[in-house]
Amino acid sequence: MKNLISILDLSVEEIDELIATADDIIANPKKYSEKCHGQKMATLFFEPSTRTRLSFEAAMYELGGNVLGFSEANSSSASKGESVADTVKVVSYYADIITMRHPKEGAPLVASMNASVPIINAGDGGHNHPTQTLTDLLTIKREMGRFDNLTIGLCGDLKFGRTVHSLVQAMMRYNNVKFVMISPDELKIPEYLKQELIDAGVEFAETTDLEKAMPELDILYMTRVQRERFFNEADYIRLKDSYILTSEKLAAAKPDMRVLHPLPRVNEISLDVDDDIRAAYFRQACNGKFIRMALILKLLGVE
Amino acid sequence: MHIDEIKNGLVLDHIKAGKSMKIYNYLELDKLDCVVAIIKNVNSKKMGKKDIIKIDAEIEVDVDILGYIDPGITVDVIKDGKLVEKRHLELPEKVSNVIHCKNPRCITSTEQGLQQMFKLTDKANGIYRCIYCESKAKHGSLL
Ligand SMILES: [Zn+2]
Repeated sequence: MKNLISILDLSVEEIDELIATADDIIANPKKYSEKCHGQKMATLFFEPSTRTRLSFEAAMYELGGNVLGFSEANSSSASKGESVADTVKVVSYYADIITMRHPKEGAPLVASMNASVPIINAGDGGHNHPTQTLTDLLTIKREMGRFDNLTIGLCGDLKFGRTVHSLVQAMMRYNNVKFVMISPDELKIPEYLKQELIDAGVEFAETTDLEKAMPELDILYMTRVQRERFFNEADYIRLKDSYILTSEKLAAAKPDMRVLHPLPRVNEISLDVDDDIRAAYFRQACNGKFIRMALILKLLGVE
Repeated sequence: MHIDEIKNGLVLDHIKAGKSMKIYNYLELDKLDCVVAIIKNVNSKKMGKKDIIKIDAEIEVDVDILGYIDPGITVDVIKDGKLVEKRHLELPEKVSNVIHCKNPRCITSTEQGLQQMFKLTDKANGIYRCIYCESKAKHGSLL
């Protein structure tokens, strides 16, 4: 493996390996603090995403490496019309690994075809965001101890939410994983994804009712329902509260159920849920740094 | 000109009636300086009517493009006035610069000099997807 462009670039075995490394980093952080000494990561963020960028930069610093780059297109050569291909050819001379976020779908693939160093896709428009999915997977493994025999509820915007699509594609490869898709009719999961589940013989159900689905879930993956996804304001106001997780709704959940959210949240999880042991989303954000450390080590070929 | 008399060249047969000009354009046959004959609305037992293109030169045609446009087309190779090979086409695994991605959010819409590249992801249904953004195109959409 030289690049990470899509989560499906990784086999189940490679994911296991990354998770094992991340677990070891969490247990023995000191052991890793000089692993990337003298190496540089370029963070090329053609659109801003502070959270993702900081997570990558923290990961590289904790490995003893250095970081250079830009955080929006305005401050980069792209604003002068330079192509992605030319940018990464040049940056390949300055850095040992490149992390790229770009508003255009497929930009990191173009980068990987032109760079002489590894490329990590840190999000390409609404298309792929594989390190978010790796973060979700590490969190599921650490919180639940397994990837198989899980009933996973996905709640909110299942139509446009790319993190949901990638998570489904990554988790459907494991045994006896069931999905409950919880969303308003306007934001159901796309047909192609349903077809993939049917073709693979994976069990799934669709519902509009979060409260009814709650008791059977092992994992509840929350996403934001954005106002601009609705045709009219009335529908949005009518529906938005149904997809907000509150401690009352959580009362019906299994005691060892876990709530995940890619963050940032707006109001889809009320603050009173944060203190519940089942709320795993801040631990999830922390895991994001560790899995990125494992990924950087793997792509740089550091033992 | 006697269009039947090809010594060394190619005959593209079983083209859907009326589609020969499109194929002429996609294969850029206008750039050749040999004899190229387009014969339209030929009676065919199998197809009712069909078009045929005859090229009086030993050239390489891009069979991937041809297969993508219409895998029903056959390519006859003529040497010394005789049919020496009949090539049947199939859907190619990849086509470059034939289909253009229509997704405005795709990197192909802004990156200069980038090849348009589609790969066959569903053979049974003839579905091609852009390798960059995975938008789909169905084969035959060019005709
Ligand atoms: Zn595309």
